[in-house]
Amino acid sequence: MSIDIKDIIKPENLVYQKSRLLTDRVMHYCPGCTHGVVNRLIAEVIEELGIQQDTIGVAPVGCSVLMYNYIEVDWHEAAHGRAPAVGTGIKRLLPNKYVFTYQGDGDLAAIGTAETIHACNRGENMVMIFINNGIYGMTGGQMAPTTLQGMKASTCPFGRDVERDGNPLRMTEIVATLPGTCYVTRHAAHTAAAVRKLKKALFKAFDNQKNNKGTSFVEVVSTCNSGWKMTPVQSNKWMEDNMFPFYPLGDIKDV
Amino acid sequence: MAKIRGAIVVDDVTCKGCSLCVASCPTDVIRLADEVNAKGYNYAYMHQPDACIGCANCAMVCPDSCITVYKVKIAETA
Repeated sequence: MSIDIKDIIKPENLVYQKSRLLTDRVMHYCPGCTHGVVNRLIAEVIEELGIQQDTIGVAPVGCSVLMYNYIEVDWHEAAHGRAPAVGTGIKRLLPNKYVFTYQGDGDLAAIGTAETIHACNRGENMVMIFINNGIYGMTGGQMAPTTLQGMKASTCPFGRDVERDGNPLRMTEIVATLPGTCYVTRHAAHTAAAVRKLKKALFKAFDNQKNNKGTSFVEVVSTCNSGWKMTPVQSNKWMEDNMFPFYPLGDIKDV
Repeated sequence: MAKIRGAIVVDDVTCKGCSLCVASCPTDVIRLADEVNAKGYNYAYMHQPDACIGCANCAMVCPDSCITVYKVKIAETA
């Protein structure tokens, strides 16, 4: 029994298609970059919640600096590391809007540490999405605060030495101790199952805003295959073997 | 017993040939083409269309949202 491909590819058989909120612009990310997956999931979540008209995103500095080109919602660009501060201002002036910030590890955990911690401590009612790939991807693979011990980067070519460079920073555990956060979780996007879990977490994070519960903080452990000098498939394997033991996945706080 | 058949359509203009879909496919349907697209990437295509079950795993992991998935249930008459 055979059926022609043309008979399967019909609108009534559609299972999955690109989100309507994503623009036609081709993403500038490297092939296999996790940013693309997370951008797509945010678009899907906003579309499925039907809050396109009420959502304001805050774009960071880093690889995802041009993110405002990809999702059809209102955007604000923040100075390096200051997305939580800008998001705070937007949310306080327009409390009925859904506000989210999207930052990498160099932005959120290095230059923007103060803004991150204080926004979470004040319990600003917004979603903070944290992409952690342990490297400064945009500027050429330098060591980040989240770089693992022994992990190679262009500024630590023999691996991160804790004696010299300090310990890697678990930002998500830090903000989980603050009273202002309501939902702190860590996810990945390397397999279809992980992507589906991450989407559920993003749903919950956006939903928390409706109930004025406080800051929702979603970390996504990601890959940077260009910075790590691996293929996308190898980077996913490397992430499973090396990143997950130090950055374990799962909900850290949920009140 | 009903049989499930799926099919994917890859946008070969925006595909960057990262091969994450190839690794995620449970039935080994997808391969990278020998030809390249305008940007010089070996785009993904359905190598074994008969094996596709329309699970959408490839579309889930695709960073560039270039995969559309279709699925149909065929009732066997025998």
